[in-house]
Amino acid sequence: MSKIVKCQCGHDNPFGIVLCERCGRPMTEEAKNSDVVDMRYEGSARRSQTYKRSIIDKIWNFFSSVKIGVSIIVAVLATSAIGTLFPQKFYVPVREEDMLDYYERLYGFIGTLYYKLGFYDMYNSWWFKILIGMLGTSIIIASVDRVIPLYKSLKKQRTKRHTSFMKRQRVYGLGPSENPDLALTNAAEKLKEMKYNVKTEDGAILAEKGRFSRWGPYVNHTGLIIFLFGILLRGIPGFYVDETMWIREGELRSIPGAPEFYLKSKDFSIEYYTKEEADEVFGAALDRVGTIVKNYQTDVTLYKKKENLLPGSTDMDLVKDYSIIVNKPLKFEGYSIFQMDYRLNELKSMTMQLVEKKTGKSFGEFTIDLDDPKGVYELNDGAQVNLIGYYADYAGVENGEPVSKSPIPNNPAFIFDMKTPDKPKGEKSFVAIRQTLETEENVYAVKFVSADTRDISGLTIRKDKTLYILLLGGLIFMIGVCQGSFWNHRRIWVQKGEGEELLVAAHTNKNWFTLKKELDEVKDFAKLPSYEDRRDNESIEQEEGEK
Amino acid sequence: MSLASLSANLLLVSFIAYLVATLFFGGAVKGAKSEASYKNNRWGKIGISITIIGFITHLGYFITRWIASGHAPMSNMFEFTTAFAMMLVGAFILIFYLYRTPSLGLFALPIAIIIIGYASMFPTEITPLIPALQSYWLAVHVITAALGEAILAISAVAGLIYLLKNVDLTKPSKQRFWLEAVVFTLVLVLGFVVSSTTFKMTGYEAHFTYIDKNEKPAKIEYNYPPLFGMNEYEAKTPEAMTPWAELPAVINAKTLTTFVWSVVTGTILYLLLRLIFRKPIALVFQPFAKKANSQLMDEIGYRSVLIGFPVFTLGALIFAMIWAHEAWSRFWGWDPKEVWALITWLFYAAFLHVRLSQGWEGKKSAWLAVIGFVIIMFNLIAVNLIIAGLHSYA
Ligand code: HEM
Repeated sequence: MSKIVKCQCGHDNPFGIVLCERCGRPMTEEAKNSDVVDMRYEGSARRSQTYKRSIIDKIWNFFSSVKIGVSIIVAVLATSAIGTLFPQKFYVPVREEDMLDYYERLYGFIGTLYYKLGFYDMYNSWWFKILIGMLGTSIIIASVDRVIPLYKSLKKQRTKRHTSFMKRQRVYGLGPSENPDLALTNAAEKLKEMKYNVKTEDGAILAEKGRFSRWGPYVNHTGLIIFLFGILLRGIPGFYVDETMWIREGELRSIPGAPEFYLKSKDFSIEYYTKEEADEVFGAALDRVGTIVKNYQTDVTLYKKKENLLPGSTDMDLVKDYSIIVNKPLKFEGYSIFQMDYRLNELKSMTMQLVEKKTGKSFGEFTIDLDDPKGVYELNDGAQVNLIGYYADYAGVENGEPVSKSPIPNNPAFIFDMKTPDKPKGEKSFVAIRQTLETEENVYAVKFVSADTRDISGLTIRKDKTLYILLLGGLIFMIGVCQGSFWNHRRIWVQKGEGEELLVAAHTNKNWFTLKKELDEVKDFAKLPSYEDRRDNESIEQEEGEK
Repeated sequence: MSLASLSANLLLVSFIAYLVATLFFGGAVKGAKSEASYKNNRWGKIGISITIIGFITHLGYFITRWIASGHAPMSNMFEFTTAFAMMLVGAFILIFYLYRTPSLGLFALPIAIIIIGYASMFPTEITPLIPALQSYWLAVHVITAALGEAILAISAVAGLIYLLKNVDLTKPSKQRFWLEAVVFTLVLVLGFVVSSTTFKMTGYEAHFTYIDKNEKPAKIEYNYPPLFGMNEYEAKTPEAMTPWAELPAVINAKTLTTFVWSVVTGTILYLLLRLIFRKPIALVFQPFAKKANSQLMDEIGYRSVLIGFPVFTLGALIFAMIWAHEAWSRFWGWDPKEVWALITWLFYAAFLHVRLSQGWEGKKSAWLAVIGFVIIMFNLIAVNLIIAGLHSYA
């Protein structure tokens, strides 16, 4: 980094410079030959434009190129779109092993391909992650490559610029003035009034406004990097909890992912909109689509295990009662519990009675708690029913044995042994919903009376320590984009030329229209020479046409 | 008059106001020699005044509907699209006061009119909110997102004017083809409005039952003669036409039917227009763009992206993430609507970068602005109607 380029004005510029940092003279052949000079980074010496040899230089140059950056952005954009073609794994209502069938059934050959290529879980794929990683790298390197030289140039710029610099500005004017000194003083006064920061030096003015907006992109990129960093952190255990639980009404369960805490569900309810409550407003909609849900709600009590307890003890403190509804999760100690799903009317208990088939005479009723079916039910007149077999989710008979496909009481079936004074040895009976099987003709039978049901709530438990980092990233990003978009960096140079001539030049990083409007005001007030915008040929032609 | 019907009438007033204002902006452009000389044209002043009146009644529609329903009227296709049109006009008014160019009004208002027309084809009654939408974030997120999209859309309007002016339409070229394609798409939207209105007025209805993609029975009502039938459909309206074909469960045959009817009607309309004018329709619009200043349109295009991009980021990504975290327990879930918001955002980020560093100004920038608008519309229309996800309503 030792090479130095000396300018005619005496300033020592770093190697790779395009425009002299101080006076603005073009330093390269290309800059000397162009009509309007490229002002993007003040013609400063950027590493990526200067060093091109070692591997590190090459990597640096690759990632600092905006062309590459934009290509990466477009690649993320295009691949993201592919992922919306068919539903992602997360939204497919079948188990992992049935997934291929699902895509094949619904989307045919393309669906199979989609599955096989891994697009069904695209956003978690290694190549998508690499793309995001490259995006982050590119943002960092491109920003560092530019922000430092840009900062240095803007700091070192001199008020008085060389004529060759002025001439190569997009907005430029040269003309005689009756009183150049007065014009300069007036211009300075007017510019100050217009909130410009005005510097004068030896018959030259530099008026500058909104330089801080030049840092906008770098601030917003910092925000993006913080955001991406936050996402990266979620991989670390403890930063991020994502669990689900199903809880039945009346149940008390430990909360997955939050080992100290227990949750009891008191009630789950669904509410619908009714026509009575707002017929005038919602009546038409309810007529068209039928029922619309108003609320899903689980009433819960949260408990915390008492501290310093012996292992195995379950002594607990009540923390709070809460009603979890959609959009209002239960929050405690960094955790949030969300209402996500439900199942209605799971069987809780069934009430039966023992009757004599012929007369219909009842020995009384008994209730089987399906969570905890107990063995023996004592009835009137010394009768007794023994529950000798229970199949919660009965799915037919295999090898002479009834089988249950799950422990959830979707389709309970029982084998009873009925002991009556009449038949002290007992009679056996298999009872399922709408079905009774007997090995031989029985005298007595167990008949279904009624059932009790309960609802189940599907809850999600989240803890996300990265949220604040993400939020911070978002906030910084917003500050940066606003800074760079709503303000712009304007500069107006006025200086004396040869004899009684004045030179005017102006530059802005965006929003030329307003710059020219402001320049017009100064021009009219201070009688500056007129200028032209060398990019707007139409106005020039039109004005000439109208003359 | 109930609030709900007051609201509907206010919307009608805005619709008419925008139509009238367009005529005045046309007058302003016609009477002037160049951009510079029509800045303070009297027609232009009347035009913007009427636009503002229309915008105020539109805002009146929005507020009265909000009061009537008790929630921000942004919760179904009709409401969202109408509000989008309102914000488009609002964004136009903002940009008008920055640049005072009637040319922009001459093109922005007709687009707002078409959008309102499109919105009105969807069920307009007030629907109560499902639990997921019951949150003040509905208002905060959707209003900001729509506002951002509307400001971004202005850049497409400026881009369109730029292209109409600068693309040589007298001889065939790729750019001429695509410009005509843009115009054709606008005519297709009209085709949708015309065909939908026609069948609505005749009161056409055809009921079916079918088997949905989760293999559950479901019911559906068509308002167009059913060209395509849903998966394993059974007709419940005997006098209706028999569908030509039965489609698999993943394709919504009703949406496709509507689409095909609209395309057919739109194409007929387009051909009629071609017969009347005997030249590409873009060429018919070209004189209205001729007097706009290219440099100014280019700058408006850039400026509106610069203003719209932060607003969009805040509404469609940041607020969206905060709400998604409250309602669905995760701030990001790769739901199609979310992904398309991300795509929109990335697209405009790319736009800003190529403009700044590759110097993509003028035609290239104008085309990008038009494509950006296409992406926004795709997210609003196609993602809602075709790629159903958590967000799809109506
Ligand atoms: C999603 C990702 C990105 C977003 C949202 C973003 C956002 C922005 C914004 C809003 C600007 C200001 C543009 C303007 O004022 O017209 C900007 C400028 C810039 N961005 Fe990015 N950017 C992203 C990624 C990248 C990447 C990958 C690169 C790498 C090459 C990059 C390099 C730059 C550069 C060099 C500037 C110009 C700075 C200047 O001229 O002062 N950005 N970016």
